[in-house]
Amino acid sequence: MLEGITSEAFILGCSAIGAGLAMIAGIGPGIGQGHAAGRGAEAVGRQPEAQDDIVRTMLLGQAVAETTGIYGLVIAIILLFVRPLLTAYLNL
Amino acid sequence: MKIEIAMKLFGKDILIPDTIVNTWIILIILTIFALIVNNKIKKAEAGEKPSRFLNVVEVLVEFVDGLVKSTMGPNKMFFAPYILTLVMFLLLANLFGLIGFTPPTSDYSVTFTLALMTFFLTQYYSFKTSGFLGYFKNFTEPMAFLTPLNILGELANPISLSFRLFGNVLSGVIIMGLLYSALGYFAPIFTPVLHAYFDVFSGVLQTFIFAMLTMIFVGGAMD
Repeated sequence: MLEGITSEAFILGCSAIGAGLAMIAGIGPGIGQGHAAGRGAEAVGRQPEAQDDIVRTMLLGQAVAETTGIYGLVIAIILLFVRPLLTAYLNL
Repeated sequence: MKIEIAMKLFGKDILIPDTIVNTWIILIILTIFALIVNNKIKKAEAGEKPSRFLNVVEVLVEFVDGLVKSTMGPNKMFFAPYILTLVMFLLLANLFGLIGFTPPTSDYSVTFTLALMTFFLTQYYSFKTSGFLGYFKNFTEPMAFLTPLNILGELANPISLSFRLFGNVLSGVIIMGLLYSALGYFAPIFTPVLHAYFDVFSGVLQTFIFAMLTMIFVGGAMD
């Protein structure tokens, strides 16, 4: 089955699969940001006069929670566009 | 629109990418803007109501002043000009994708430079407020065996700060590029909504967050 595939194409395909797997990291920030937004909405409902402070704190917390997802994204982008594995194979 | 500069220096080929050229364009725009504001504000009378242009500038300055006052405290207002510069540069850089240029913040060298500036400001003020011994003692808080963890945590700040801005802007650029090449002539029907999200909403939000985190890090080091 793998006869017609060159090593370079195989490495490229595996890099694409790896990039897809790296983006599973997006689940965590999604859950975390949704949780923070829900709690923020609750807090605004309880104290509408403090809305500015609540929204600011919520956005800041969400930005920090997003970091792990961004790490996954950077790994995926590096695998897809910089292709370090292919370079390593060609230099072998 | 892509402007790249290729040149030869000491027999070596150097390619200046379009993100760096766009950074220069933004710097020129900001310098001209500053000169115009300076010229207008010198002519303005303090007793009269400000003109339309000056009113917008005043709103921006007062917004940043209020942000610094509420985040860092009223005794650290000398930090407001740096934050205003940061906000104006990042705002223009993130919104540059709207007029067809590549946003400079989609280049990691630009965001990492900005994050390094925050990092060194944090270290400088931490050194200044707590002294030579106190600076090193800060790393052993709350217990001595946590020192490696504290040092790693300090070094992770510029990396997370730069990757956050870079990843957000670059993901928008890549998704828009994929959409433009996939849809061809029909792209203008679907892309305006995505431009509004990726360029305007995400760009303004990331500017705000970068400025806020810079203020929190530096303000925390000053106490």
